[in-house]
Amino acid sequence: MRAHDEPAVPPREGELDPESADWLASLAPHATNRAAALARLHRLVLAAALTELGRRQAGVTITGPELDDLAHQAADDALMAIIGKLETFAGRSKFTTWAYKFAILEVSSKLGRHFWQRPGVALDVEQWDRLPDRFGLTPEEAAQSADLLRAVRDCVEHVLTEHQRAMFVAVVLNGVPLDAVVARLGTNRNAVYKTVFDARRKIRETLVADGYLPEEARRP
Amino acid sequence: MTTPGRAALERFLGTESADAGCSVTMELLDAYVEAVVRGEDPETSMPGVAAHLRTCTPCIEDFDGLLATVRQYPSTED
Repeated sequence: MRAHDEPAVPPREGELDPESADWLASLAPHATNRAAALARLHRLVLAAALTELGRRQAGVTITGPELDDLAHQAADDALMAIIGKLETFAGRSKFTTWAYKFAILEVSSKLGRHFWQRPGVALDVEQWDRLPDRFGLTPEEAAQSADLLRAVRDCVEHVLTEHQRAMFVAVVLNGVPLDAVVARLGTNRNAVYKTVFDARRKIRETLVADGYLPEEARRP
Repeated sequence: MTTPGRAALERFLGTESADAGCSVTMELLDAYVEAVVRGEDPETSMPGVAAHLRTCTPCIEDFDGLLATVRQYPSTED
């Protein structure tokens, strides 16, 4: 994974579009119309947070005032993040698109924390019987692939590091959303993703070496 | 012979060395979404982000959400 190698921020090319330039000017610390601009921006990110929570409603069990409260928390935190990072706005997109991104990310973060309000959810209980389901296998297909599934379990138990194993068990076996793991461990999404990414790669290499999977041309 | 179990497992275990990771993807997600809205091909201009968005479930969710938001609330200049 090239997360730390790839240049993260291509330089801005050309001038900002007029609307984005207006936003930056009106949100500047001493702008005369700053209060109105902040109120307008808050309305935008609140609308985005409400829409996003509605879009994800199938996956969550939050309704009524609690949903409204979550949207306001997401909008408030998104506004704080936007103002705090205003100087980093590089103009690679319109300002409003950049601002909406913070609202979406705050919704993800809030839902990650909210996940732990469900009863009976655990990070570390190993539910190996769910492995076939995680790969979308029917019971018949799982029976046909029993040796392969056993080999995966052996890899997880004996090849992965303790941390890789813990993240694999939480995210893959137990199906805990990655953002919920992030919220519980106080880490960041990239760190958990990279751990599971490295675990997947290590399992695959082991299964190839042991003859369970063929060598294949990987994507570049 | 490729059994369903092996095929599913290979899909799950597949990794791309070009994968940009979550941090870079989040940094560029707004530009990526606007490229999609304009009908461009961001897989060519941002291959690392495209690779990441093939596998990372929460980043895919954020991409879908931002795309839906931008389409629902277009800028006044659109």
